[in-house]
Amino acid sequence: MQWETVIGLEIHAQLSTRSKIFSGSATTFGAEPNTQASLVDLGMPGTLPVLNEEAVRMAVKFGLAIDAELGRTNVFARKNYFYPDLPKGYQTSQMDHPVVGKGHLDITLEDGSVKRIGITRAHLEEDAGKSLHEDFHGMSGIDLNRAGTPLLEIVSEPDIRSAKEAVAYVKAIHALVRYLGICDGNMAEGSLRCDCNVSVRPKGQVEFGTRAEIKNVNSFRFIEKAINHEVQRQIELIEDGGKVVQETRLYDPNKDETRSMRSKEEANDYRYFPCPDLLPVVLEDSFVEQVRGELPELPNEKRARFESQYGLSAYDASVLSASREMAEYFEQVQAACGDAKLAANWVMGELSSLLNAGGLSIEQSPVSAAQLGGLILRIKDNTISGKIAKMVFEALAEGSGDSADTIIEAKGLKQVTDSGAIEAMLKEVLDANAAQVEQYRASDEAKRGKMFGFFVGQAMKASKGKANPGQVNELLKKLLEG
Amino acid sequence: MHRLTLAQIARGLAAKEFSAVELSDALLARIIQLDPQLNSFITITAEQARAQAAAADARRAAGESGALLGAPIAHKDLFCTKGVLTTCASKILANFQAPYDATVVEKLAAAGAVSLGKLNMDEFAMGSANESSHFGAVKNPWDTGRVPGGSSGGSAAAVAARLIPAATGTDTGGSIRQPVALTNLTGIKPTYGRVSRWGMIAYASSLDQGGPLARTAEDCALLLSAMAGFDPKDSTCVDAPVDDYLAMLNQPLAGLRIGLPKEYFGEGLDARIAEKVLAVVEELKKLGATVKDISLPNMQHAIPAYYVIAPAEASSNLSRFDGVRFGYRCENPVNLEDLYKRSRGEGFGAEVKRRIMVGTYALSAGYYDAYYLKAQKIRRLIKNDFVQAFSEVDVILGPTTPNPAWKLGEKSADPVSAYLEDIYTITANLAGIPGLSMPAGFVDGLPVGVQLLAPYFQEARLLNVAHQYQQVSDWHTRTPAGF
Repeated sequence: MQWETVIGLEIHAQLSTRSKIFSGSATTFGAEPNTQASLVDLGMPGTLPVLNEEAVRMAVKFGLAIDAELGRTNVFARKNYFYPDLPKGYQTSQMDHPVVGKGHLDITLEDGSVKRIGITRAHLEEDAGKSLHEDFHGMSGIDLNRAGTPLLEIVSEPDIRSAKEAVAYVKAIHALVRYLGICDGNMAEGSLRCDCNVSVRPKGQVEFGTRAEIKNVNSFRFIEKAINHEVQRQIELIEDGGKVVQETRLYDPNKDETRSMRSKEEANDYRYFPCPDLLPVVLEDSFVEQVRGELPELPNEKRARFESQYGLSAYDASVLSASREMAEYFEQVQAACGDAKLAANWVMGELSSLLNAGGLSIEQSPVSAAQLGGLILRIKDNTISGKIAKMVFEALAEGSGDSADTIIEAKGLKQVTDSGAIEAMLKEVLDANAAQVEQYRASDEAKRGKMFGFFVGQAMKASKGKANPGQVNELLKKLLEG
Repeated sequence: MHRLTLAQIARGLAAKEFSAVELSDALLARIIQLDPQLNSFITITAEQARAQAAAADARRAAGESGALLGAPIAHKDLFCTKGVLTTCASKILANFQAPYDATVVEKLAAAGAVSLGKLNMDEFAMGSANESSHFGAVKNPWDTGRVPGGSSGGSAAAVAARLIPAATGTDTGGSIRQPVALTNLTGIKPTYGRVSRWGMIAYASSLDQGGPLARTAEDCALLLSAMAGFDPKDSTCVDAPVDDYLAMLNQPLAGLRIGLPKEYFGEGLDARIAEKVLAVVEELKKLGATVKDISLPNMQHAIPAYYVIAPAEASSNLSRFDGVRFGYRCENPVNLEDLYKRSRGEGFGAEVKRRIMVGTYALSAGYYDAYYLKAQKIRRLIKNDFVQAFSEVDVILGPTTPNPAWKLGEKSADPVSAYLEDIYTITANLAGIPGLSMPAGFVDGLPVGVQLLAPYFQEARLLNVAHQYQQVSDWHTRTPAGF
């Protein structure tokens, strides 16, 4: 039987506010346990939450970026359950009236086609703390530094049909929240986490199959692996005559498998109700318009502009707009050298290899955009050849901060374009290879073609690569023709 | 000295007739001597009180003045006080020292008030008799075989017995107004949002409101002036200017329109109380007020709606008492579930458990619409009734309670009969409007109260009417025998 996979994703993006969503505590990652937990975060009796407006602003920014309906009056609700790292015994979240309603995001698939993924809603909520089970001699430790950190939970429609699409979608969300400056996207530190709702159904069937939810997958690679594994598990289960049960599963990257965490029957009744300590959040038109004015150019907009403004291919444009930093770097190089195609080639070629080799992000690049632009400029004006340029780039990569010009000057790499000097040098080369010259002159057109390359090679060797190749070709031809 | 009101104390301190230290020492001695009969205090903070009183005297010597500078008070034991036990009268918080002061505590301390201790109450403010306290029932100074009302029963008993001139309390369904009615005091529940709830341990967040209990309307005005005001730490606190309650006490009542809702004088009301209340109306008429019969048609739904909303919020508010971070923890828990079950099972009293269960049920999947949402609809209807009524009258007047104080233990077996004692007070909490109760006389030697309700933020009007009445009556000056 042919099976179709149906996937919906819930992405938790940690908002990069300076303080927590309902208290003034800092949100820095990695601080000593419980040093960033105020009375409110500890759930002390008598304490009350006060909403951080910045978190709302960031959520609205996201809503506008996915063209969503905004919850003009949105409401915080309490999700009640007991857990030691949930200090109040409830999580303050949003239920019936989220800040962001229906929207959508377009993703580019591997074949270059564009698919629109529906986004059901996005709501604000507070994160819980962490329970630590090691190093406490059979007891558990609780770190409430993370408790109260603002999260935006982004819920997609079940529009995703494969693990690859799921990864493309998460990457698109990742790029978007980073473009918007609302989340640092650091998946290793848990700033962006993903719950995957996965089901399968026979191709052509309209009803959805029973879904399993894989909790807290925290890398692009694991998302793909976890979904693929889960799809396989469900298909095998059904084909063996079994039934998928609605449950929460955990992905174990070490064993590359998912395993059951709790079934639907064991699920909590969260007893949601509007939080009486917080007023409904009313988004005034003026506020929304102000936030709209702060929106940067979004990834999809940027990609389209790169194609039209710079004449880049769809592929190049999408690679270069993948992150805001990458796009900014490219545009700076382009501005410095005035050649978009060369800029794109160098950023995606030499620069990317350099960064990949060193495991560096573009912000950590040892070669600045101005340096790279300056280098390209010297290729364009024939000061150096492409081959020499690679040598100069390697020198730039050592990070001395010198400009390309300084390096070209210091190493004497300037291309020789003085035709008199080139001609003199060529004459020496021909004199040194008199026998070959005789042979050449005696040969027919076809053989001459092959032998010509020999003389070019000798000439470039003699000039240490600095002679302008175009001029070498032209003059050599003239001299050989005698 | 213990018979002085706050206003008289202010004059005495200003005239240097006595010092704040002398006054607090005298009252502390009296508390130690007499409170065993009443059980109104959970914690007596003699040392801190002396230090605060000495500081107040020093401030006065340095030229500072202020109506509350050196004034002795005490706090209901759900206001967090730094370094002093804050128990909510519960075993689960019996060892709890808050690491911070409630805004109300901070404001009164800043005004120079001297706190003599923490007052007994119904556990987590759940009750109308102050019999649900882990630290034992509080007795009514007018008859120590009877209840003082609740949940601010310790506050009421201590002020009525002249142990302190005034106290803080909270009112979620009548917890200030009902005990003051049963102990011959004056107390006001301000508009929801008028007094900060920061540091006030929550029972039902959308209904809870702090306020003063005292012997006179003037003293309530004094205390409320210091308690009220915007607090950025409480999102439900309203950023609106606070009226000058003292300055408005002496406005004449000529032209005041009083509404008498027929629902307040129907079945269930002790006829002798009705008589007392109507006698107050006659006095107010003499002062120039006019009277109009009105109706609050949805009042009959108030108690059921309240007993869905308040427990629902309580069930969530009290989840943080789980034995993990603070408060009571059971002995030798075998696992997490055992820790939760036994810490909470052993830590909470019967009435609190009852309300947590009712609230949990009301919020459960499948019942939410039928209970919680329906109760919220009733709440809107009740609010609309008041808005409608206040388009015709300036204040609404009626009895505070249907009966005078009952005997200790009398209603313990039948919680619903105790719930019904709040029938006249609960609507103000559901609507969020201010309400005041003041003495209206005695029935069989037991005090009864009259309640005044006003539109949002019209606390000054309530205090004005009560003060004017107290200029022509002397019920509020009566003192229980033996105190």
